[in-house]
Amino acid sequence: MAQHLNFEALLERAAPPKELPAPTLALSHLDTLWLQVTGTLCNLACLHCFISCGPKNHNHEMMTLESVQDALNWARDHGVKEFYFTGGEPFMHPQIKEMILAALEHGPLNILTNGILIDESMAAWLGEVFRTSRYNLDLRVSLDGTTPEENDAIRGRKTYEKIFGGIDRLWAHGVNPVITVTTCHADLAAEDGRRRFYEVVRARGLSQPRLKFLSPFKIGREEHRAGGYEAHERLVEGDLIPGQEDALQCSSCRMVTAKGVYPCPILIEVDEALMGASLDDALVDIKLDHPACYTCHVEGVTCRT
Amino acid sequence: MPNLTDTTIAVFGGVYNNYLSLEATLAHARQSGASALYCLGDLGGFGPHPDRSIAQLRDQHDIHVMQGNYDHSLGNRLGDCACGYTDPRDNYFAQLSYDYTFANTSEHHKDWLRDLPTGFRHRWAGKEVLMAHGSPRRINEFLWESTTPDGFLEHLLASRNIDALFITHTGIPWMRRLDSGRLVVNVGAIGRPANNGLTTVDYVLVELQGDTLDASLQAIPYDHERLASEMRAEGLPEEFVETVLTGYWTTCTEVLPARERARGKY
Repeated sequence: MAQHLNFEALLERAAPPKELPAPTLALSHLDTLWLQVTGTLCNLACLHCFISCGPKNHNHEMMTLESVQDALNWARDHGVKEFYFTGGEPFMHPQIKEMILAALEHGPLNILTNGILIDESMAAWLGEVFRTSRYNLDLRVSLDGTTPEENDAIRGRKTYEKIFGGIDRLWAHGVNPVITVTTCHADLAAEDGRRRFYEVVRARGLSQPRLKFLSPFKIGREEHRAGGYEAHERLVEGDLIPGQEDALQCSSCRMVTAKGVYPCPILIEVDEALMGASLDDALVDIKLDHPACYTCHVEGVTCRT
Repeated sequence: MPNLTDTTIAVFGGVYNNYLSLEATLAHARQSGASALYCLGDLGGFGPHPDRSIAQLRDQHDIHVMQGNYDHSLGNRLGDCACGYTDPRDNYFAQLSYDYTFANTSEHHKDWLRDLPTGFRHRWAGKEVLMAHGSPRRINEFLWESTTPDGFLEHLLASRNIDALFITHTGIPWMRRLDSGRLVVNVGAIGRPANNGLTTVDYVLVELQGDTLDASLQAIPYDHERLASEMRAEGLPEEFVETVLTGYWTTCTEVLPARERARGKY
């Protein structure tokens, strides 16, 4: 993980801090297109959410099926490699099935969900689509602890069992979801914590646990829970090693919401990050001037599966 | 660039130290009339006795070898294979085979790996043909069948003026004729079975006739039981041996897309 860090540059400015401009990052090619299909609307209001999603957050409204199709058609014509649906909770969208089928006509699709709304019928449908679609369908289900106490403290009362209910139904219908863990509990980031998660999932009956661990971003609701970024936690020119810029997902992704296009999934509540109304507006360089960019660089975070 | 046609060409990749399947593949290709054989790299990893594969490939007048990420790492004496895995479980087993391969590859073979070319471009049957290890844009890019859409491939080939692309790196073969008529072939790997429950390994024969270029996947049996016993004798992980004997991947499964993984056991 540390190979992409320019230790010399980091040491040089460790003290005293220098006023250097933020690095600029070019788009190498738009490989990954994110779609904020349900905006900031979610059936949960997790305490670590970096965009403060919840049942009443209308900052970004749901996307229409037509706008999703427009983005997918644009993506097909521009050689995009993969699609991600997120929110909010994507399965709150009344036309989520149509959206899923539309995406899978053009490329592989990952859906980020808490799994709670995936009932028996939806799980059966997803299993069928997984087996028959031309391109790969992957579900990513978020779970933030190995016990109800650990998870529910972050994601809300009784969500541990509800989330595992969705995971169980997917598994029963032949879909092996990637269980995504945000490492708010520090021990989950270490090897023992990861092993514990692996064993808990396997004990549940998923014989091939697929896990992804993500560092928390200290913005949105997470900033109120655990504090925000320190002043020095910013990227400046020289931090990126030339030739290794592709370690940052924003060198090859953009995010479309009902409001317009953003560099990445993390910054959609940062008004200054809005790049324009259409994807054509968003093929330009970006400034890595937000403290969340520091987390992606230093922690080696990628939102990709 | 001169045009080559009315002949047969063999394209293979992912030798992974499997010198026994390499012998079988080379014999099959030559018996099939291949006038040239192209190896798309990754000579090391997984299997036993790395020098035995390299010795079969170097200094052969009809074999052209490209550098894969594994060969680049070994040749430049790097600390890992740079395979592109992101999960610690994948990296754990990748490191075991890299350390074994590094310790058992002679210095002059590492130098040879270091100096290999990184791609081939030819004109075959009037078509612009490119061969790359992972993809034309990155040596360790994984182009899986289920996660590589037509639109992306059309863009990738058109932007480089390519009519046919041959790649490896993932270890699972597939081929696709795009709407434009362009052809993309992942030749799979000859060093490890393709997570399909078969102990055979895969490579591709390319038939050039007039202005027609056709490719066909070939499944090659070899003495996999002998390979398994030699791997055990070398102290390689039993997980690797199981893959050789069953045809199912036991390691490096986290990098698999869900679809390709669901075809296997693990």
